Amino acid sequence: MPTWLKTFIGAIVAIVLLLVFNAMLSRDGFFGIGIDDYNGRLLAFIAINIILATSLNLINGFTGQFSIGHAGFMAVGAYSSAALTVYYGKSLESAFAFLGETGAQAAVLIVAIILGAIVAALAGLLVGIPSLRLKGDYLAIVTLGFAEIIRIVILNIDSVGGATGLTVPGYANFFWVGLFAILTVVIVHNIVKSDMGRALVSIREDELAAEAMGVNTTRYKVIAFVISSAFAGIGGVLFAHYNRFLSTNDFGFIRSFEIIIMIVLGGMGSMTGAILGAIIVTILPELLRQLPDIQIGATVFKFADLRLVIFALVLILTMILRPQGILGTMEIGGLFKRFRREPRMDKNTGGLK
Amino acid sequence: MDTFVQQLINGLTIGSIYALIALGYTMVYGILRFINFAHGDIYMIGAYTGFVLATSLGFAMNPSIFAFGVTLLGSMAIAAAIGMAIERFAYRPVRRYSRMTTLITAIGMSLFIENLFVVIFSGTPRAFPQLLQNDIYPLFGNAAISSSQLLIFVISIALMVLLQYIVFYTKIGKAMRAVSFNINSAKLMGINTDFIIAFTFALGSALAAAGGVLTSQYNPQINPLMGIIIGLKAFVAAVLGGIGNIPGAVLGGLIIGLAETFVVGYGQNIGIPSTYRDAVAFSILILVLLFRPAGILGSNVQEKV
Amino acid sequence: MKKIITSVLTLALFAPFAACVQKGGETGSTGDGTGVIKIGVYGDLSGQTSNFGKSTRQGVELATEEVNAKGGIGGRKIQLVVEDDQGRPEQAKTVVSKLINQDKVSAVIGEVASTNSLAAAPVAQEARVPMITPSSTNPKVTQVGDYIFRVCFIDPFQGSVMAKFAANSLKAKTAAIFGDVNSDYSKGLTEFFEGEFTKLGSKVIMKQSYTQNDQDYKGQLTAIRSANPDVIYVPGYYGQVGIIAKQARELGMNQPILGGDGWDSAELWALGGAAMKNTFISNHYSVDDPSPAIQTFVKAYKAKFNNVAPDAIAALAYDAMNILAASIQKAGGTDSAKLRDSIAATSAFPGVTGNITLDKDRNAIKPAVVLELNPAEKKYIYKETIAVDGAPSNTATTGANMNANTMSSQANANMANTAPTNTNMASNANAAANVNGNANAAGTK
Repeated sequence: MPTWLKTFIGAIVAIVLLLVFNAMLSRDGFFGIGIDDYNGRLLAFIAINIILATSLNLINGFTGQFSIGHAGFMAVGAYSSAALTVYYGKSLESAFAFLGETGAQAAVLIVAIILGAIVAALAGLLVGIPSLRLKGDYLAIVTLGFAEIIRIVILNIDSVGGATGLTVPGYANFFWVGLFAILTVVIVHNIVKSDMGRALVSIREDELAAEAMGVNTTRYKVIAFVISSAFAGIGGVLFAHYNRFLSTNDFGFIRSFEIIIMIVLGGMGSMTGAILGAIIVTILPELLRQLPDIQIGATVFKFADLRLVIFALVLILTMILRPQGILGTMEIGGLFKRFRREPRMDKNTGGLK
Repeated sequence: MDTFVQQLINGLTIGSIYALIALGYTMVYGILRFINFAHGDIYMIGAYTGFVLATSLGFAMNPSIFAFGVTLLGSMAIAAAIGMAIERFAYRPVRRYSRMTTLITAIGMSLFIENLFVVIFSGTPRAFPQLLQNDIYPLFGNAAISSSQLLIFVISIALMVLLQYIVFYTKIGKAMRAVSFNINSAKLMGINTDFIIAFTFALGSALAAAGGVLTSQYNPQINPLMGIIIGLKAFVAAVLGGIGNIPGAVLGGLIIGLAETFVVGYGQNIGIPSTYRDAVAFSILILVLLFRPAGILGSNVQEKV
Repeated sequence: MKKIITSVLTLALFAPFAACVQKGGETGSTGDGTGVIKIGVYGDLSGQTSNFGKSTRQGVELATEEVNAKGGIGGRKIQLVVEDDQGRPEQAKTVVSKLINQDKVSAVIGEVASTNSLAAAPVAQEARVPMITPSSTNPKVTQVGDYIFRVCFIDPFQGSVMAKFAANSLKAKTAAIFGDVNSDYSKGLTEFFEGEFTKLGSKVIMKQSYTQNDQDYKGQLTAIRSANPDVIYVPGYYGQVGIIAKQARELGMNQPILGGDGWDSAELWALGGAAMKNTFISNHYSVDDPSPAIQTFVKAYKAKFNNVAPDAIAALAYDAMNILAASIQKAGGTDSAKLRDSIAATSAFPGVTGNITLDKDRNAIKPAVVLELNPAEKKYIYKETIAVDGAPSNTATTGANMNANTMSSQANANMANTAPTNTNMASNANAAANVNGNANAAGTK
């Protein structure tokens, strides 16, 4: 089967499943089977996290650069688009009135997504150019710093809610969030399989050698970073319009680290891994809520208080015991090929050099 | 004028703390090319160990030079041990993996320490006992310096001189420099690199802990998340001075401390509210990377093939 | 082939979520009149503000224990379901959704930070589950809808109380404000202090800000010193306030320092020490108040929780739970509409934090006390009581915030006007956030 056909069929299957889930979320359910709002919300966050993880994976997993401020770009997308829809949403809706009510709202959402993606991409360009010229871990600290600066700037703009937060119209529902998750996966997948993807992987494997082979490394790194930022922005737009509330507290360090944990757990440099990681990181903390409290001596440790400690511990242990993540650079198909042909992995570097 | 002098003193005080923490970053980076994200949390651990020592030994009731000395040295020693333990059990197993893996381990470690301390000590800010009489010495006009500020200057300078001595005039310092130059060659020359790396972590952690205890005399409020922002700023200070360069870290720390304080003190006159304090360090970082990526005192090193 | 399997397996992972939940009917929980009464509590138990979340949990736990010890409500025990939101608005919303959809709680108590309450309140409102926030002070929170209540002051009231005290009692002509930029509470108080202070003919001559993790405040304080104001208003939380006072005194600034209920914690004495002399706060109550109700509460709280004195947040959470329990009793069950009306009808409830009456905007009306801190004896000295009708009459600025949400909440407010708390609904209908409206409502009682 040609690659494009596989991708196409994969996308169709995903969309069919999306429609089924969407039906289950509706009032009547899908043939009587439904999902409650809480689980529906988790599903939507899985989809948003898939967007964030796959886009970060492009820069961290495939290009081998280390960005740890993805939440900053997400915030840029979320707040710029929310500023549009909060203040001009109604007038845009009436401009698109010829599409009917649902159509007009979808159109406003798409305008918001385009705006969010562009602004986030520009931010990515601004951050990427100074830090990606250099080798080493400068990108890490610059992205982290950028995410913090963005947060401070937003805190000081009262028209987007400042410290109180901003109520945003709910243009996005599960269907839109899921649809864009699928689109993101397909687009990133195609980038990775393209000539550009090969160039990115060559930078990851050996930047010097790639440069010697005529790859303009800075250029490719910046392009990958800008694309990654744009998708983070889209994730932010969908977050804003699905969650219907924005607060700078939702875009702190923890958010950035969570996205990293997703791709690290799943396996950096694997599309499947990023998706798997997004699912685990969304669901695991919720499942941990079910665990009972722990009693040591006379003191009772409420489990709720321990959730983040356990989360951090899982991350450290994963790094020590299985640094390549659950899947390494393997895709899901590779799992089946394993039985036929043992894939050779560098044990010491976890597939990365 | 007295306001200006006062701000200068304020800026140098906070700058000295940044410098102490930046030293740990710069040493570890110099040797392992690795950003130890948990370093800011070691600073917090230092403050908490000092807190536990001072309250359990009853120093809170009767402050004295002795009480302060024991608390300072005690928490430096304990933090050094914790730093070594972190290196041994979390960083050493992943050292041979990719740089990304070590960085993520460091982030995980940082989250782990913070949240563990939130569980143990709760997120409530605690008051750090005053271990030394805090006197105010008026300079001129309104400007004054407090004994806790003087203490920070004196001890920071002493520790930095000591560090400079260790690195440049002792055998172990020579070994540290050899490891930072080329770890594999150093190993071939018979240097026990694992030991040197552990020693570096101990040294850096002790300095961070000293920063923690000193700050707690000046600003006697501690909480489990106090190390995050200050750790990041100290890293920026290390990059600004030239990462891997010891005098550079000190210079970077002082510059960031002064820049921040002046933005807070005078920024309003030119339309920058004091809210942007935390943005100052990172803006400086981006400018440095644009115009002088090797830092002020750093030299450009060509990557070897 | 790879891609197909990828997609199928990925989406198959979603399958557990499609657990066969039969849909249909109302999402709001309706009381069946038997079994335990489930109450949801949510707050930050593991994040940066976990001290507030834990105080809330402890206050609620104490109240629940007392209610259950007396045999519960109409023979039914209260069961608490406590969830952690890490202090993140997104998580707050998720958690409230879980409490309502999965645990089927009859009412929700929560959040301290207004931003988290604002994020979560629409979930409770849409599911028609009453939510009482013990300590979110931003006026917007209860504007979300008629199922959202609070038992604390709102920012406009507390900010103006202190401005009045500064201008009238301390005769201050100039003030500097030093607030926490990260906190909506601090920003709210700053705004309304400045408004009232200016109206009284005095002047705010400097505004500076800090963030919770600052290690040094002398830079800002030195700038304030050069402006030399009569008083300094620090509307922050005790964790920072103690150090700010200390560093201010070190810089030779001996002006009165004023604050709000965020200062209230036993830890403040240790943090600020002697520097807390000549400082004043507005508060709901004083732990040193000799009244038996307060002293019984303080004693019971200390006995249950390692001898730690309750802070204002714990006291408010205690009151919130007690009001909820009393309202369930009055409503004769947990039917959501009846419970809502019953909470809305709360009038002169004898709480620890004062006699609480809910106005038509579902905000608590109660007088504030101004206390002077006495660090030598670690005690509060009562100065004066400033009642609600002394609230500023033109703080309608918040009402002017006309986003879609506010509009719909005003419609809800109209519906809620059927509640017996007020009778002059029509004239006040479009003043949802207007403190003036509160004053009128109080006047009709």
